Amino acid sequence: MNRFSKKTSLRTPELSTASLPDIVFMLLFFFMTVTVMKSTELNVLNELPNATEIKRLENKDRVIEIHVGKPSFKYRSILGDEPRIQLNDKFADISEVAPYVLSQIQRKPKHVRAFVVVSLKVDKRANMGLISDIKKELRKINALKINYTTYEGDAFKNIE
Amino acid sequence: MGKRESVPQVNAGSMADIAFLLLIFFLVTTTIESDVGIQRILPREDGDVIHHNQRNILSILLNHNGELLIDDAPIGPSLIKKTVIDFIDNGGGQDDSICDYCKGKRRVNSSENPKKAVVVLNAQRETEYGVYIAVQNEIVAAYNHLRNREANRMYNMNYTMMDSLYRNSKTTRKNKDMFGVKIKTIQKMYPINITEAELKNQ
Repeated sequence: MNRFSKKTSLRTPELSTASLPDIVFMLLFFFMTVTVMKSTELNVLNELPNATEIKRLENKDRVIEIHVGKPSFKYRSILGDEPRIQLNDKFADISEVAPYVLSQIQRKPKHVRAFVVVSLKVDKRANMGLISDIKKELRKINALKINYTTYEGDAFKNIE
Repeated sequence: MGKRESVPQVNAGSMADIAFLLLIFFLVTTTIESDVGIQRILPREDGDVIHHNQRNILSILLNHNGELLIDDAPIGPSLIKKTVIDFIDNGGGQDDSICDYCKGKRRVNSSENPKKAVVVLNAQRETEYGVYIAVQNEIVAAYNHLRNREANRMYNMNYTMMDSLYRNSKTTRKNKDMFGVKIKTIQKMYPINITEAELKNQ
């Protein structure tokens, strides 16, 4: 018994930190790969709704994004809290949607122009009036493929 | 001058610190963006006016309080899927519009054939987008349910599975063609007919 305790008290084993950099690097690489550097800053609140019956947008180069939502807090005092459309990085009027989408299509290489998808990233608290106006505009210019971008999750969570 | 015994070692103790610094930078800048969603094809603006028999139309109305009316009767959101399935799969048609794969109750006041059945989704301007997406999701879920059922019966495989394999870039050309034919067949049996009439103000 005596011998036993003596042996353990002689030296406490040191915790090796040699593998710490490896662990940190692993995390680092994970975040480096999943990071998407945003080209535009969101000026609207954009909490997407949930859905289960979803499809992945495969080719990012064929996607045109339209953000809709209430203006974020720093614009509240000027713009109020009615939902707004954001194209690129600025607020836009409903009449600007069609020219914007057309110009974005023009910028794409010829062979993908026919397959362009408009991704509607709409805050779940926005109202349908604005969305239906946008859809009307898109129909006018024949950009008919749309994608209501959502998160994956229980759709009934949207109803509260 | 004596020769050096060994090359001096580089102290790697600060490597962790540098890595941490980078890690924190990427942590802060990361936003994991969503790239999934409900796909929809909008109708053409100059689309032809198609006349539908009243029995082939299921009208879903979403009012500004987020309440649901199906054929003018209020209904809970959890019942949408079942109602839509019953409607599409009713198969009450006779003669040339008979549906031999439908498993519905063949009522006379519901749809004749899935090919003729149309779901009309209306929302008022004040309706919240989240509620609208939930209803869209349920309607698509109803179609997927029926498509899966038929795909399982005919090909022993889920429709949604075939679809994702078809879209996967790793699938071989030959398999893609095979899935393509099967998917087309199923889609013809249960075509998605969701229309949205013009929105009305209150």
